[in-house]
Amino acid sequence: MNALTELRVLPPPGTREAPKPPGLAASTRLAVRLAWRQLRSEKARLASAIAGVMFACMLVFMQLGFRSALFESATTLIGAMRADLFLMSPMTLASFRPEPIPRARVSQALAVEGVAAAAPVYLAQSSFRNPATGTRRTIQLIGFDVEAGVLDLPGLASVREALKQPDSFAFDARSRPEFGPVTAMLAERGAFPVQIGNRDLRVVGTVELGSSFGADGNAVVSEVNFRRVVSARKASLVDLGAIRLRPGADLLATQAALRAILPPDVGVLTQAELRAHERRYWEEATPIGFIFSFGSLMGLIVGMVIVYQVLFSDIAGHLKEYATLKALGYSSGYLGRVVLGAAGILAVLGFVPGTVISSILYGVVADATFLPLNMTVERAAWVLVMIFGMCAAAGLLASRKLRDANPADMF
Amino acid sequence: MLGDPIELESVTYAYGDGALRREVLRDVALRVAPGEIVILTGPSGSGKTTLLTLVGALRAAQAGSLRVLGQELAGAGEGVRVSLRQRIGFIFQSHNLLGFLTARQNVAMALELDGAIEERARLARAGEMMAAVGLAEHTEKLPGQLSGGQRQRVAVARALVHAPSLVLADEPTAALDRASGGEVVRLLRDLARSRGTAILLVTHDPRILDVADRIVMMEDGRVVSGSAASVLPAGAPAGLAAPGGAPRG
Ligand SMILES: Nc1ncnc2c1ncn2[C@@H]1O[C@H](COP(=O)(O)OP(=O)(O)OP(=O)(O)O)[C@@H](O)[C@H]1O
Ligand SMILES: [Mg+2]
Repeated sequence: MNALTELRVLPPPGTREAPKPPGLAASTRLAVRLAWRQLRSEKARLASAIAGVMFACMLVFMQLGFRSALFESATTLIGAMRADLFLMSPMTLASFRPEPIPRARVSQALAVEGVAAAAPVYLAQSSFRNPATGTRRTIQLIGFDVEAGVLDLPGLASVREALKQPDSFAFDARSRPEFGPVTAMLAERGAFPVQIGNRDLRVVGTVELGSSFGADGNAVVSEVNFRRVVSARKASLVDLGAIRLRPGADLLATQAALRAILPPDVGVLTQAELRAHERRYWEEATPIGFIFSFGSLMGLIVGMVIVYQVLFSDIAGHLKEYATLKALGYSSGYLGRVVLGAAGILAVLGFVPGTVISSILYGVVADATFLPLNMTVERAAWVLVMIFGMCAAAGLLASRKLRDANPADMF
Repeated sequence: MLGDPIELESVTYAYGDGALRREVLRDVALRVAPGEIVILTGPSGSGKTTLLTLVGALRAAQAGSLRVLGQELAGAGEGVRVSLRQRIGFIFQSHNLLGFLTARQNVAMALELDGAIEERARLARAGEMMAAVGLAEHTEKLPGQLSGGQRQRVAVARALVHAPSLVLADEPTAALDRASGGEVVRLLRDLARSRGTAILLVTHDPRILDVADRIVMMEDGRVVSGSAASVLPAGAPAGLAAPGGAPRG
């Protein structure tokens, strides 16, 4: 009781008014601090919650990564073409399986003012015999007018002349490895024959394009050589027309002019429209886009359940404490903010390592699949928003349990 | 003067509805003056805890007039009750400290509702209060590292740190042995006295009746003696301790 002497320093008994509550920012800060103190007091539970959020985060990153890699790789060939406008059959769903158009349409395009060059592009799936093992795999054959310069791939300039030789082709060095160590063999012994379709073609160099969901690998050939390999194809049919405009020509006006003179058996698309068309195919006409969205959603749901479990059992295990806080005059809203604060802390603590691990995984998977997987700030921001949403939903669900904390039961 | 901290007039309360309806408080009147220490006692089931939860705004009132710290609780909503609770100190049968906070942080929790106090002042006041309950050396310990009596003293510090005009306690000694129970209650009385805090304390424990200025007996939902008007001198109420007076702890 000797402590009584110290009482003089304490303020006099309370004012009759209720204390002025802290501002929203201050009280939220206090609520989050309380949440953190509670979370860190149970290390195992905290670790499992962070692991859950991290897992959800990685799942979403991988799904979104694959999804965008798919869409990106589906349009790399189009992106590599130095063309402003494309002629394509309106029946074509995706460029890896094109419906042919009459070759004459490409020449007709030259009649329109503003068109500088128009060249045909040929696309076909053919089989490629692995020069090391002898097994066959489907490869995408890209035929183009070597002189017209519509195709612009890294490495193409140095093999352009060689491609004019009969039965020669350039191999896409970023094809999947199942096609064999073509690049290494080429460096070792120079040009050597490989069977494509039913012909032996000599590989004369490499270009870089990359595999996609539509094509595991690519072989680039001249127009003439394409016809030799795909002999069944009528000479009057091509797959795409690539059109380059004169400098200063108006893109949309030229597009409209082309539409006006060409019969309806060809569509005229800008590069952006063709890319969008390709994307739409993978997004809508195949289940692939849906599968990845679904995968992301599953990741978020699993993460939400884990976070909910942790927050719920935290509340259920501390009902007495929460009821005590209510008796001390803390409102239900404040306690709700404590729970949401815990959810927010878990979101951040799971997101940071989840993002780091995902970036590493992107590298590993990109090396293994040759898909263009990489971490972007935009995607990270999206995932952060989703993870926050997931944790907030879990927090809101769990905070319903706060109603069971009844201060009247405390006495 | 705004009136007494507790002014109850014909308070009636029933649990349940319809056929299950059971009246546990009948026409209760009670007045506690500023700084007065009142012990509420009586047999088990007589409605003491129910009355305390009504006064503490932990439960919505049903009938009668309840003015607590000048606030009318009849018909008061959740918001009014929450802010009234901030001005009352509560001491429960078990300490109910937050296990993941240190003793001092627990005490400071009663101050975090006041936006006018800075963190530093909060911790300083909590520390002073800890010293006042004789726990200056234990401020940074978790409740789990303290003895039962020490924990209850932390609870006393938490109930008083925000300088309430009224403290409500329900069997604060029930979980303690005789010595530490008496110590805690006397500590509470001395601190309240020196600050003019009124106390309404429910107990069965005859050993602590001597701390009261006045003893109020309840039976079957009614106040049977020590009515609001009568004031007994402190230390004289031994005769009132009899019914239901067996210690619980
Ligand atoms: N939440 C509740 N719901 C229904 N009935 C209740 C509830 N709480 C208490 N009661 C009943 O109300 C009556 C009064 O209870 P109360 O707890 O107020 O008594 P008490 O005087 O505090 O008893 P004790 O000395 O045993 O603590 C008892 O008959 C009890 O069974
Ligand atoms: Mg009771």
